[in-house]
Amino acid sequence: MNLTLKIWRQKNATSKGKFVTYKVNDISPNSSFLEMMDILNESIVLKGEDPVAFDHDCREGICGACSMYINGRPHGPDKAITTCQLHMRRFKDGETIVIEPWRARPFPVLKDLIVDRTSFDKIIQAGGYISVNTGGIPDANAIPIPKVDSDLSMDAASCIGCGACVAACKNASAMLFVSAKVSQFALLPQGKIEAAERVHNMVAEMDRLGFGNCTNTGACEAECPKEISISNIARLNREFLCSKIGAPKVKEETGGF
Amino acid sequence: MALKYSSITKKVIMALAGLFLISFLVVHLGINLLILKNDNRESFNFAAHFMVTNPVIQSMQWILFGGFILHILLGIALQIQNWMARPQRYKVEGFSHTSFFSKYMIHTGAIVFAFLILHLINFFFKAKFGDIPHIMINGQEYEDMGILVIEKFKELPYVLMYVVWLLFLGFHLDHAFHSALQSLGLNHSKYTPVAFGLSRALAILIAGGFILIPVLIYIS
Repeated sequence: MNLTLKIWRQKNATSKGKFVTYKVNDISPNSSFLEMMDILNESIVLKGEDPVAFDHDCREGICGACSMYINGRPHGPDKAITTCQLHMRRFKDGETIVIEPWRARPFPVLKDLIVDRTSFDKIIQAGGYISVNTGGIPDANAIPIPKVDSDLSMDAASCIGCGACVAACKNASAMLFVSAKVSQFALLPQGKIEAAERVHNMVAEMDRLGFGNCTNTGACEAECPKEISISNIARLNREFLCSKIGAPKVKEETGGF
Repeated sequence: MALKYSSITKKVIMALAGLFLISFLVVHLGINLLILKNDNRESFNFAAHFMVTNPVIQSMQWILFGGFILHILLGIALQIQNWMARPQRYKVEGFSHTSFFSKYMIHTGAIVFAFLILHLINFFFKAKFGDIPHIMINGQEYEDMGILVIEKFKELPYVLMYVVWLLFLGFHLDHAFHSALQSLGLNHSKYTPVAFGLSRALAILIAGGFILIPVLIYIS
């Protein structure tokens, strides 16, 4: 396959950046998208230029590092995959592919296609944990948990924090990520103890970091490589409202402007 | 100040105001449809008279204005934050699978709002402060709001303007009811698909019902 690539090149966090067009030839349709990027980078290195910087790690769809916005979609065409799971057979010979970094104020570009996703870590630090010592492996039946709840919690916990939800959302909202991280605890008895405080702190941190507001378009759900459902966002809203009504009075914090 | 609230609280207020406005639209449509009744505008004028004289309805009117203002101002505030959350836009964007109208709520909302002002000038302020012809029903004198409406909709530009306006109202409503429920945290594996259907049905029935009135008046 012969392809034309339009890739966002940016020297560092402070430089302006621009699109640069590259041509790659004789790409196997069976190669993965990242392998194609490797082939491109080899040719750039041979020319003595700076290769395209992009995040990647596991290359099997579980780390969430490979943040690329390909032809108007995070992780490119295809449902429920990361970029490393995308194959070149999904493109046509001679096609032009536009590759951009995630775009969001809380995800500043560090270099080329690499963005700083520390904002997600800050949201987790604000409350995405339980602070009791859980000790060793408990007896399976010591705390009975309905199968439905444990399944839903596991579904939410499958979030890999890749940021595709933010990248896909027209508002750059992090609601799907936050809702998954709140839901995985809210559904289990161990997480209920700090539930009110957790949801309040995580939402406040999300707002403070300058993520957008959810408008229920569902783009996040459509692009999530782990198919996290927006029913988690409804649960987050519910948890938040319950924390307002049921918990002691706390001061709300605003974000954005 | 509503801006001080968290994103979720703002959206909950937005949703509640929106649901209230939908309930207003249903009542408004119900009364409007009376004008199509072939009784010499009697029931329409009677209902219009009730709406402007009943003290409960009159006090509800202020709550309604409040609802409109909350929904519009919060909508704008949230939208500005959303634009600010992505200072640099994508070169190629928006190929993710979403419902079409959900992406353009601020735009359809702005169009609906612009025409709303015109609509208030056309009818509401006329009814409140203008000169309206009177009509006798069962020996009692009533304002003839009906004739005001009918005269307006005998002019083609007005009819076309209203049809376009109401189409945009329909587009706005397509992402209204189910979205409000989601913002309020009401999501259910069984009933959420029903809410989606209901939302579309409301959009079609409300916009379609309102459109019917100027069109039928014009062609009759």
